Amino acid sequence: MSENIKFIQGNEACVEAALYGGLDFYAGYPITPSTEIAEHMAVRLPQIGGKFIQMEDEIASIAAIIGASLTGHKVMTATSGPGFSLMQEGLGYAVMAEIPCVIVNVQRGGPSTGLPTNVGQGDVMQAQWGSHGDYSIVAITASNNQDVFNMTVHAFNIAETYRTPVILLFDEVIGHMRERVDIPEKGEINLVERLKTQIKTGVDFHPYLPREDGRLPMSDFGGVHRYNVTGLAHDMWGFPTNDPQIVHGLLRHLVDKINNNVQEITRYKEYCMDDAELVLVSYGSTARSALHVVNNRRKRGERLGLLELQTLWPFPYSLVKEKCAKASYIGVVELNMGQVVQLVRNAVDKPERVFLINRIDGVFISPTDIRNTLRVIQGKGM
Amino acid sequence: MERSRLVFSGSGGQGVITAAIILAEAAVVYENLIAVQSQSYGPEARGGATRSDIIISDTEINFPKVTQPNILVCLTQESYTKYSPIVRPGGMLITDTRYVKTYKRVAARQKELPIYYSVMEKIGKPIVLNICTLGAVIALTGLVSPESIMKVIEKRMPPNFLNMNRDALYLGLNIGEDAK
Amino acid sequence: MAVRDYIRDRFFPHMWCPGCGHGIVLNNMLRAIETLELSKNDIVMVSGIGCSSRISGYVDFHTLHTIHGRALAFATGVKMSRPELTLIVPMGDGDALAIGGNHFIHAARRNIDMTAIIMNNRIYGMTGGQYSPLSGYGARASTAPYMNIDQDFDVVQLSKAAGATFVARSTTYHVQQMTDIIRQAISHKGFSVVEILSQCPTYFGRQNKLGTAVDMMTRYKDTTTPIGSKAKKQNPDLIERGIFVQKEMPEYCTEYEKVIERAGGGA
Ligand SMILES: Cc1ncc(C[n+]2csc(CCOP(=O)(O)OP(=O)(O)O)c2C)c(N)n1
Ligand code: SF4
Repeated sequence: MSENIKFIQGNEACVEAALYGGLDFYAGYPITPSTEIAEHMAVRLPQIGGKFIQMEDEIASIAAIIGASLTGHKVMTATSGPGFSLMQEGLGYAVMAEIPCVIVNVQRGGPSTGLPTNVGQGDVMQAQWGSHGDYSIVAITASNNQDVFNMTVHAFNIAETYRTPVILLFDEVIGHMRERVDIPEKGEINLVERLKTQIKTGVDFHPYLPREDGRLPMSDFGGVHRYNVTGLAHDMWGFPTNDPQIVHGLLRHLVDKINNNVQEITRYKEYCMDDAELVLVSYGSTARSALHVVNNRRKRGERLGLLELQTLWPFPYSLVKEKCAKASYIGVVELNMGQVVQLVRNAVDKPERVFLINRIDGVFISPTDIRNTLRVIQGKGM
Repeated sequence: MERSRLVFSGSGGQGVITAAIILAEAAVVYENLIAVQSQSYGPEARGGATRSDIIISDTEINFPKVTQPNILVCLTQESYTKYSPIVRPGGMLITDTRYVKTYKRVAARQKELPIYYSVMEKIGKPIVLNICTLGAVIALTGLVSPESIMKVIEKRMPPNFLNMNRDALYLGLNIGEDAK
Repeated sequence: MAVRDYIRDRFFPHMWCPGCGHGIVLNNMLRAIETLELSKNDIVMVSGIGCSSRISGYVDFHTLHTIHGRALAFATGVKMSRPELTLIVPMGDGDALAIGGNHFIHAARRNIDMTAIIMNNRIYGMTGGQYSPLSGYGARASTAPYMNIDQDFDVVQLSKAAGATFVARSTTYHVQQMTDIIRQAISHKGFSVVEILSQCPTYFGRQNKLGTAVDMMTRYKDTTTPIGSKAKKQNPDLIERGIFVQKEMPEYCTEYEKVIERAGGGA
């Protein structure tokens, strides 16, 4: 049997994928249910000459990876709810200073310390709106461990392409569940390497002057170009400024570089969607329960379909609108009080046909739970 | 094949989770089957009752949790009390004679096996109770071959423990055969 | 190289008030770096938020102006990923020891090779004169309008206890000593702390009726004394200046090489 077939947890798949994607620096602080990521990193990174450090908290962790990214390394940190809250200021800094980095949030039940060992999907809105000010973020998720692998590699590619932090929004069920993962051969998945400036020593380098295609070549700290990096609004040299025109241009750039590339960033899967009258929309672990229901109902001839979103931010409004256009009902399956359901309502023409199918008690939603809500939606009673 | 849904339960140090992982990994890596394994975490998993769910199948598995196991293994009285009601009618309930006194009837085949006593008599090290149990489970169910289990054990365990674990596995196979 | 060559002319004039001590620190820090003959490409300056932290914008090194209190954590990432670089981290007293106190003690505990320069003006300058953990009992501040009842930290004792392997103190009055200490701190392999008493005439000075910047600097002359001096014995209230700790201990990045070796990841 091939060495490349592994039977591992989602958290470990994420580590293997990060290494495949070129990661060589990790800083983190332990928190359930993400801790296995730190533990595997501690084993794996020094084996390849990379660096692992356990910092004093999550604020320090995101700070350290930003620092390491600036020296030219691919970097990541991982956490869960409380730690993700602590990271928000650093996340905003990475957005403003345009630092490629990957932040994993293995979601658990909240708010506050909440349900450390139970599953939740309550951080979807926080992923986009958690830090202050206007910005756009990329947040990606997955429903099985092979996809955890693929999406993690995708996250590193996006981070490098757009010089942005990318959030991997997994959940406890996916993080802890073991299943088969095939580690691809080198080269099987395309890797985006950091775009480095071609500008020679002594020639004025503008670290924050986007090229025509919006991309921003970097120069490593320690290299020949010395420049300033700041979280303040800044000009093309990275020097603080309040000039309204420059500030306006900067904010537009930060948002547009993500929002103008929704198609390139978006990943999704669809099951039995062609003639679906009832469309389930889901993401992460809950998409598995939804798919279970779809497959069973299809066997009985019912026209159910599943749209599984893998990119949650920037939210793929037009995709959802298009895929749901012919549906009589749309059920959004998630483990929160209704986060993605709001976005789906905003996306479709008839928001009154969109229903929430959820659990908020830390228990993973089962096919039976979904079926029970579907009966109500379809007017069949409980 | 029929989809198998297993729950292994017991207490913290008994190695039930390791046994569950080994079984599922053997199925996936050496028998080309599909399997998912998950386990209970949290306060529940600190010292008290532990539980691990395994689903083995030849078709895709979506919902990864087991609600009604057709094979339930209980290695403590507490886990027996807690989980015996969820065994699927017509399924199999495996308990250890030293740790569990069965007191109620369930609509499943009950196998009360002398795993602990045999391990102590033949091997003398309670640490391999989990592997011996695993041997009994595969003998009774034929889910995967002992060779596949051994390959996983060789990969996961330190070499100086290999013989002991092999002995435990085959001891369990015999116990399982005898109870068929 | 002349000190001027370390400056980013383009970004002047600087933002500090007339008489602010932070400019004196900038000047003497650059003189220290000049004597070390380090290449500008090998120096990374990381700072947080505050008047003091703006120092990083004005120097022609790789400069990382981060968020309030976290500079040492950012610097840890830079240093770990590129241990051959020289890391200098100037901080305000609030930046270093209020919001950043946790990062400070942990960086010291790890003995990671970098130089923390605490520009101690005993006040939050940037936000307009609120008390800091170094204002001290009895001081006045905009958030201590009657009197401050917070006890202050002793930066030297705190650094020692946390594990820093180089700990020193000077003032903006004692510029030669300051330059010499910063030079030694940067050369030291391990976590170095340099506390520099630096006047904020605009807030701390005004609120505590300490007169002009010159008056405040003169006070540094009168209220400080070299470590272990006779004057200190006669007047224990005097603040000691000089190098308190300078010792060899395993450095974090060097130690991590051992981890890599054990894991079999060496090149
Ligand atoms: C998280 C956060 N809280 C508060 C502030 C506001 N703030 C900016 S600088 C500063 C204190 C500066 O004082 P100090 O570090 O002593 O430096 P100084 O300005 O005196 O040189 C504060 C509270 C901030 N920028 N970020
Ligand atoms: S407010 Fe104080 S610390 Fe800030 S620049 Fe002015 S004098 Fe310096």
